Amino acid sequence: MTDIRYLAPRTLDEAVAAFAAAQGAARILAGGTDLLVQMRAGVVRPGLIVDIKKIGEMTEIAETPEGGFRIGAAVPGATLAEHPRFGKAWPGVLEAINLIGSKQVQGRASPGGNLCNGSPAGDSVPAMIAAGAVVTIQGPQGRRTIPVEAVPAGPHRTSLAPGEILVSFTLPPRPAGASDAYLRMIPRTEMDIAVVGLGASLTLKDGVVTDARIGLGAVAPTVLLVEEAAKALIGSRLDDAALEAAAAACRAACRPIDDKRGTIAYRTRVAGVLLKRTVAIAAARAQGGN
Amino acid sequence: MNVITDKLRVEDNKWIGQRTIRPDGADKVTGRASYAADNTMPGMIWGKVLRSPHAHARIRSIDTSKAEALPGVKAVVTAKDIVDFPLETSVLLGIQDMRWMCRNVMAREKALFHGHPVAAVAAINEEVAVAACALIEVDYEVLPHVIEIEDAIRDDAPILHDFARFEGKPSNIAGTMTAKLGDVEAGFAEADVIVERTFRTRPIHQGYIEPQACTVSYSADGRATIWSSSQGQFMVRAMTSLLTGVPQSNIRAIPAEIGGGFGAKTIIYLEPVALLLSKKSGRPVKMVMTREEVMRATGPTSGSFSTVKIGAKRDGTLVAAKGDFYIQAGCLPGGPLRGPVGCAFAPYDIPHVLSVGYDVVSNRSKVAAYRAPGAPLGAYAAESVIDEIAEQLGMDPLELRLKNTARSGTKAAYGATFAKVTFEETIEAIRDHEHYKAPLDRNPRPGVRRGRGVASGFWYNAGGESSAQVNITEDGNVVVTTGHPDVGGSRASIANVTAELLGVDHGRVSVLIGDTASIGYSNLTGGSRVTFASAMVVTQSAEKVIGQLKERAAKIWKIDPEAVHWENGEARPAGPNAGQFPPLTLADLAARASETGGPIGAGVQLNTAGAEPGFATHVVDVEVDVDLGIVRVLRYTAAQDVGRALHPSYVEGQIQGGVVQGIGWALSEEYLYDRQGRLENAGFLDYRMPVCSDVPMIEAVMLEIPNPKHPQGVRGVGEAPIVPPLAAISNAVHDALGTRFYSLPMSPPKVLARLDEA
Repeated sequence: MTDIRYLAPRTLDEAVAAFAAAQGAARILAGGTDLLVQMRAGVVRPGLIVDIKKIGEMTEIAETPEGGFRIGAAVPGATLAEHPRFGKAWPGVLEAINLIGSKQVQGRASPGGNLCNGSPAGDSVPAMIAAGAVVTIQGPQGRRTIPVEAVPAGPHRTSLAPGEILVSFTLPPRPAGASDAYLRMIPRTEMDIAVVGLGASLTLKDGVVTDARIGLGAVAPTVLLVEEAAKALIGSRLDDAALEAAAAACRAACRPIDDKRGTIAYRTRVAGVLLKRTVAIAAARAQGGN
Repeated sequence: MNVITDKLRVEDNKWIGQRTIRPDGADKVTGRASYAADNTMPGMIWGKVLRSPHAHARIRSIDTSKAEALPGVKAVVTAKDIVDFPLETSVLLGIQDMRWMCRNVMAREKALFHGHPVAAVAAINEEVAVAACALIEVDYEVLPHVIEIEDAIRDDAPILHDFARFEGKPSNIAGTMTAKLGDVEAGFAEADVIVERTFRTRPIHQGYIEPQACTVSYSADGRATIWSSSQGQFMVRAMTSLLTGVPQSNIRAIPAEIGGGFGAKTIIYLEPVALLLSKKSGRPVKMVMTREEVMRATGPTSGSFSTVKIGAKRDGTLVAAKGDFYIQAGCLPGGPLRGPVGCAFAPYDIPHVLSVGYDVVSNRSKVAAYRAPGAPLGAYAAESVIDEIAEQLGMDPLELRLKNTARSGTKAAYGATFAKVTFEETIEAIRDHEHYKAPLDRNPRPGVRRGRGVASGFWYNAGGESSAQVNITEDGNVVVTTGHPDVGGSRASIANVTAELLGVDHGRVSVLIGDTASIGYSNLTGGSRVTFASAMVVTQSAEKVIGQLKERAAKIWKIDPEAVHWENGEARPAGPNAGQFPPLTLADLAARASETGGPIGAGVQLNTAGAEPGFATHVVDVEVDVDLGIVRVLRYTAAQDVGRALHPSYVEGQIQGGVVQGIGWALSEEYLYDRQGRLENAGFLDYRMPVCSDVPMIEAVMLEIPNPKHPQGVRGVGEAPIVPPLAAISNAVHDALGTRFYSLPMSPPKVLARLDEA
């Protein structure tokens, strides 16, 4: 009835060519933890599946000459967890990716899939935004790089052009006194989807915040970079007034909906609570805590 | 035989009470266990159900011609093919009325909920069957719908059934049930303290992992074989027979391993449809529900809207209790009124009681049984009000309960006069438990508050019809067959009992579940009856077998059978006067069976009686994150009179499982509908059952007080544990926050909103 073609190219050029040629009838398969579920539910019926897991660049974790990391879009969370240095530099990004689903899911689910699925509630996205990650995209017109927060365009939509494939995330080098954290509110303790998710990346020097980025998820059509919250923190010693100002900025940034997962009032309120809690964890890590 | 025999004195038991390896364990952990969806047959085709896209609609016509013309389609059925049970005459199978079952299996005059089956197709594969369903043209007249109880009982509510009348008017209240004792108004006149509160709960699903599934093969000679998982193969046979017109003698229902039921698999959805598709197509037909179909269209349990009023004297004596319980039936009559009406006040000796249940229909899937059906709804209301009375009187809530426990000879409002009541023991077990005495750090960290709550619960338990056959194999081992699916460890328990009675090693006993052609009628696995009832029929069968073994030995020794003892798996002469013979083992006697009278084995079929009710008392500590509104259960201890724990691991498992389901009910599970009357959370992601990390290890305190009416002292245990948790957790949240919730679930947005009000 519905024939599906499956391709597992060895090179990115082949993948892009096949993906572009299918003109929207194709879907990219990384871990499949969203795609296969959506196919089974009848939400998507692709004519072509392009499996990117045989492409080296998409499945490797590389340390950049500048001291940062480049993570292939299809690297599963569990593989990232096994990397000897990644989790030390980016504990928040790592914990965000490995909050997705169950252990079994974490063996498959990738940050690239999480981002391209376009869910406002994707757990790794606020953490990647807070990290200041830049994504590399390859399409029929060649390669380009954009900030990660420029990828989501709306619920289950991205800014990627037809035929473009997300290749990798590049995270910057970490200065001394920098760390990050991610927290989400879920009714259960695991195996759930964020009602609100918040990623915070901080750099502190002598107790003063010198740099900060805040990513906020599940409270708007896309995951948000909350620059006002970062501004409220930068220059502060994370005193109550600065934290409350940052929390207020997060609440102000919320444009949530009432749905089965949470109310507008609840999500807005929780965004502020998570800001304070996540920043506290990131600050403790930055200052030599866990 | 209704006394504890000397042979079965607890201290002498070798196998009863042991945590033996479960007979179904190896197959389950290695993936070999055969569940309903695992069956496959040559020539088998697939059935799929077309479901109503409307919450309420009259079906003007159904045109199946395009579906039938699709290549690969082998059969189509609609309500026309199902036996019609006219509305005027009730036809009961157990508690199920076939008037409602025939309309539940396939919508007849009207589609009554979003997801109601309206037709079914069998085709060469699932894809073709799904495509064919889409080609069926149903002409619907969409009607206004109603979902919630309070909307359904309004005077201007859309009426689901023209035949339903309440107080002389068309109504969505399809029936009532009353339990009465004394004069409740006179009782309240004597009270010093009266608390009256209204409570709301949401429908929740049983959440079994295995979706409903079956394969049915209807042969040219008019005989049908059904492979399916259910809580009763005889129920499957009888209900399928009634709904298809095929006589029971022509249906063989083979029970698959069951992946959870919790009451919901005491009725059927697919089997009659698959049988008719098989009959029309001449091919075996397999049907497997998706998770979404399970959530949308198989019975959850009822939501409720209840008002409970209890009056007490200043010294804590409860003098009057009144309950009005509006219980969701789903789209067709038959909500579990008996649960709240009979159980809510049953643990207590209250002289004046009036308990009334109302069966409220609305445009939701028809409810199905769920563990102590309805009882948690009544206990939630009653046990919360009792907590408030204790608070107002300044009494310890357990002392208040102890002062008012039902005792031997107490008459319950539902009609029974209790013989032996063991409620007091459960309260004392909690009162004296280290958990209840342990200090509670109420504010361990900023933003966190902790509280402790208690509640009790009651379930009737049940006996009923059961059959067993105990056969000695030619090589001297033992095969036991019973007639009820094993959902809670009945095979393991029966293996222990059989090994004990025959005095043989547990490893030499196999316990099987027979199909409807291989064992006598056995009622459903439900009501906490199966271990009670099957241990009784197996005991009597084993005693007959022992009698035969003694006779065979007597024959060999040429002495009187009375002069033979059966001890430790051997026949021995009763004493020196009986003669000097070396013992004959089970294997010896089996080897000589032919020459001594033929095969050795015996069966017993009984309508078992003597199932005494179950009582439970629980204590729980909760922690509330006051900034996020999240309630977590920190510690939970459940005490219950379990009679005799034939296999303690399973008894603990029953208690723990019931508590965990109660935790989900209290905190996170609910059916959510949109404005069109469509279920919004038809899957485990957004239907929030607790996962392992959401619950602590539940401590089960098993009080082994033998039931004097059972040969091993067994008392049903499976249902009582789900009765107290709703109120216990609600009482604990009140203790933590100082504010009381009157509706469930106590979900984070609800908790946070309440904290903001305060």
